[in-house]
Amino acid sequence: MENQEYIISIQNLSKSFDGKKVLDDINIKVRSGEFVTLLGPSGCGKTTLLRMLAGFLAPDEGTILMDGKDISDTPPNHRPVNTVFQHYALFPHLDVYDNVAFGLKLKGVPEKEIDERVRKVLKIVSMTDYEDRDVESLSGGQQQRVSIARAIINRPKVLLLDEPLSALDLKMRKDMQIELKEMHKQLGITFIYVTHDQEEALTLSDTIVVMNEGKVQQIGTPADIYNEPVNSFVADFIGDSNIFNGIMLEDRKVSFIGHEFECVDEGFGENVPVDVVIRPEDVYIMNQDTGAQFTGKVTSCTFKGVHYEMFVNTDDGFEIQIQDYNAFEVGSTVGMIIRPNDIQVMKKDHVINRFEGQMTDSSHVNILGEDFECPETGFEAGTRVVAEIPFDKVDLTDEQSDGTLYGEVHALLYKGNHYHLTVRTEDGDDIFVDTNDVWDKGDLVGVNFPAQDLIIRKKDENV
Amino acid sequence: MPYFIFLVVFVALPLLMVLIYAFQDQSSGKFTFDNFAKFFQRGEDLRTFLYSIEVALINTIICLLLGYPAAWIMANSKLNKSSITIMLFILPMWINMLIRTLATVALFDFAKVPLAQGALIFGMVYNFLPFMIYPIYNQLNKMDKAYAEAATDLGASPTQVFTKVTIPLSMPGVWSGVLMVFMPTISTFAIAELLTLNKVKLFGTTIQENINNGMWNYGSALALIMLVIIGISVLLSNDDSKRDDEKGGMI
Repeated sequence: MENQEYIISIQNLSKSFDGKKVLDDINIKVRSGEFVTLLGPSGCGKTTLLRMLAGFLAPDEGTILMDGKDISDTPPNHRPVNTVFQHYALFPHLDVYDNVAFGLKLKGVPEKEIDERVRKVLKIVSMTDYEDRDVESLSGGQQQRVSIARAIINRPKVLLLDEPLSALDLKMRKDMQIELKEMHKQLGITFIYVTHDQEEALTLSDTIVVMNEGKVQQIGTPADIYNEPVNSFVADFIGDSNIFNGIMLEDRKVSFIGHEFECVDEGFGENVPVDVVIRPEDVYIMNQDTGAQFTGKVTSCTFKGVHYEMFVNTDDGFEIQIQDYNAFEVGSTVGMIIRPNDIQVMKKDHVINRFEGQMTDSSHVNILGEDFECPETGFEAGTRVVAEIPFDKVDLTDEQSDGTLYGEVHALLYKGNHYHLTVRTEDGDDIFVDTNDVWDKGDLVGVNFPAQDLIIRKKDENV
Repeated sequence: MPYFIFLVVFVALPLLMVLIYAFQDQSSGKFTFDNFAKFFQRGEDLRTFLYSIEVALINTIICLLLGYPAAWIMANSKLNKSSITIMLFILPMWINMLIRTLATVALFDFAKVPLAQGALIFGMVYNFLPFMIYPIYNQLNKMDKAYAEAATDLGASPTQVFTKVTIPLSMPGVWSGVLMVFMPTISTFAIAELLTLNKVKLFGTTIQENINNGMWNYGSALALIMLVIIGISVLLSNDDSKRDDEKGGMI
């Protein structure tokens, strides 16, 4: 019964290219008539997933159910879905009419009906009177309209849209967003929309699926995703945010930026490290410090049209981004308040770097394919061990050759008073680093683990 | 500037001389249409001319029928994973045509195949096939895969994708190939002479014979007639593929 409600149900879907996992255990359910957006940075697997729904790629594992039937092995020409391609892919040898009529002609629909339907969809996409035009003489926006018409004329159950607006300029994109939303309402077809533009996703969608590195990070309504991000990746990717390290002291009490705050979250346990997200518009800023939870100095103030964007250095050394309708002078002392409701507490994915390896001798451990010096352990060579090193103890060097290991800065997150980096080694292992130095995404770095900071345990000892 | 001099001396001037000679009387040097009249009156030359066009057409059609699938297979990454195959097809283009033809003659002699019209067609196809394959391959290879995907997405079976999208979109390449095969084959003479031991005569041979025998004016008239035919075929194909010219094949 449950399947009846969902038009598409993606179950445990995985896909690898050349041994690299691009989709990892994807589970998504789509209701009939829903506008679902797959959102993520480039390389997150969203386009691969869309191509699998269209049938251009076969999954390695898992199934795709449509109306309760497994369509994983159905070729694209037999699926009740149509795609709007990123670069339109209109047939250059056919005019607008023949492009739009292409699908119906293949099905052998009578000439007269084709004619009526072509006229109808061209009207929906506001391209009436363009029937005889050569597609290459059309502007990008017009080509996009024709490609939408070409897809929806077949009355698919699901319309797949692969970054359809990415090639248009900003103004045109905004207009098309509104039109797409209208079309979705009017047609009642399920839309699955791929984009890397978070604003577009928030504007258009009923449901957003945030993806990163082949995994679903969060599924929810735009408001859910914005207000209650489940992890620091989602918080950072959607909208502006302040992300801080915090400690959940007890239920409804969290400590971060050197102060204790009331919050509404429960069930994390006591004294548990967490990530805290504060949206810039949720910080109340005022001129006096009476009644303020904490104080700081304004370091910059920029007018952004509707609001002012300010950066404030707190007395405890954290930088906070604040949006407010009032401007506060640079250099002035301000007080700030954050309400319990506006504090979003998230579980940390990792609290320490943990690698499995074995001892090469009693004071050297082999992890990540390299030997590292460590404190004297008394373990024999070959002992299976777990090595841990705190984020802030990892040393990064400019020169790759200066490090025992080397890698690339794969992701970075500003946490108010330091950066949290993910360094990916050549073998694909991730090392998390807290540092005050400024690195850029894509920087190549050497990695060292100071011997005294490595914590070695036998593998079978439970935590 | 050097280009311009080159063009004048080696292209424009010879063409102009062909034009002048064609309208000149052999003995008096006066303006005349006699050379053309002679061509249409002498049944033998006219027949050779029509026969040459027939051979060229047959050759072009066979090259197209063999070359298109070959180009398609080479451009299909699933069927052809190595660039060596493409090299193998293009390699013969770098060898002198006469040498290839002589080698073919030797092969036929060895296999005791009689040298006649069959051998001529074989020799021509063998010589001109790469010129058909390459432009088509080029066109297919740079064709955006998204078109085929879009057609499949709209419900086309693999066969329908081929007939409704791949073939129409590869037409500029086909036209280039057809031109590159058809035009030189009308005017070949060496291949015909070598592969048929002069048993079959093509129009190129007729022109060459006339000029060799000092019939400059009549020979020029014949050459001019051939130029006109080639010119017409170029114009026709240009008309058909004008829209795709920017994306064109080899020409």
